[in-house]
Amino acid sequence: MTRSGAGVGLYCLCVCAVPACQSSKAELLKADASAVKLRSIQTRAFDTTDKTATLRTAMATLQDLGFVIDSADDVIGTVSATKLDRYALRMTVTVRPRGTTQLLVRANAQFGLRAVEDPQPYQQFFDALGKAMFLAAQEVD
Amino acid sequence: MFRRSIASKVWIGGLLATGGLCGCAPHIPPDALAMRAQSLEWRQRSTRRFFTTDEKQILAASAGSLQDLGFTIDNTRSELGLIVASKDRTAVEGGQVAGKVVMAIVFRADVPIDRNQKFRASVVTHPSGNEIAVRVTFQRIVWNDRNEVSKLELLDDPKMYQEFFEKLSQAVFLEAHQI
Repeated sequence: MTRSGAGVGLYCLCVCAVPACQSSKAELLKADASAVKLRSIQTRAFDTTDKTATLRTAMATLQDLGFVIDSADDVIGTVSATKLDRYALRMTVTVRPRGTTQLLVRANAQFGLRAVEDPQPYQQFFDALGKAMFLAAQEVD
Repeated sequence: MFRRSIASKVWIGGLLATGGLCGCAPHIPPDALAMRAQSLEWRQRSTRRFFTTDEKQILAASAGSLQDLGFTIDNTRSELGLIVASKDRTAVEGGQVAGKVVMAIVFRADVPIDRNQKFRASVVTHPSGNEIAVRVTFQRIVWNDRNEVSKLELLDDPKMYQEFFEKLSQAVFLEAHQI
């Protein structure tokens, strides 16, 4: 085998045979934490039914935290925003009804190329949001 | 609008893909989503109140002020009092260029310098009683002449906000008089 042939063979081994080199397409549907655990970390219930006011308060809270709002939709109930502080942190907040007396607020964040799955940043966000809403953020089972 | 929305997503995607300036720091800083002691001061600096109940007029005046400053509107949602805008400009600074020339002559080193930048702004209005609070936040991304992101920052200079609100006050007046 020539030297170049050996190089090509080694390349093919890396691309096709080494398990660690699996296709990056798998990232599309990959989640490091379970869906139940994620929802628990990222979701709080608030005793209000005013979706628009909750979205407006979420936008104000994000601005307090140094975000610039990217988009918002009061029909679907979403707000997306980006924070730049030597890093890029993108966050989406969704608001939807829970029964007839509550709203569920879910936040998910992406830091650089990773999903944020640590509970602490979400707890800090919901603490700030709860204070701005003058309502307690209730954990959801 | 759709094209602008796509363009907006493209730059956000590109930014996240580069990992910003911290590609080697995989974890979110512990205080990234925590309220800080200076948050109240920051809120006051970036907010101006207008004695009116006409939110649409304030939003139109805000859009006019952003246009006066050369921003193009990327996204709006009047039901939530939101305007998102951006503008691309040069980031070349004389001092950096001089430094690059000196480094090239003295050390034969090719030092990157800032080349272009994107400013982003979001204006959010909040009605409260007989007044409407307008809050604006600015940030920018700077790329150097190697096409690498060199700065990611919130713009928090009080003078910038003061100047914007002075222009907005004028725009509210012009809007009220349909000028």
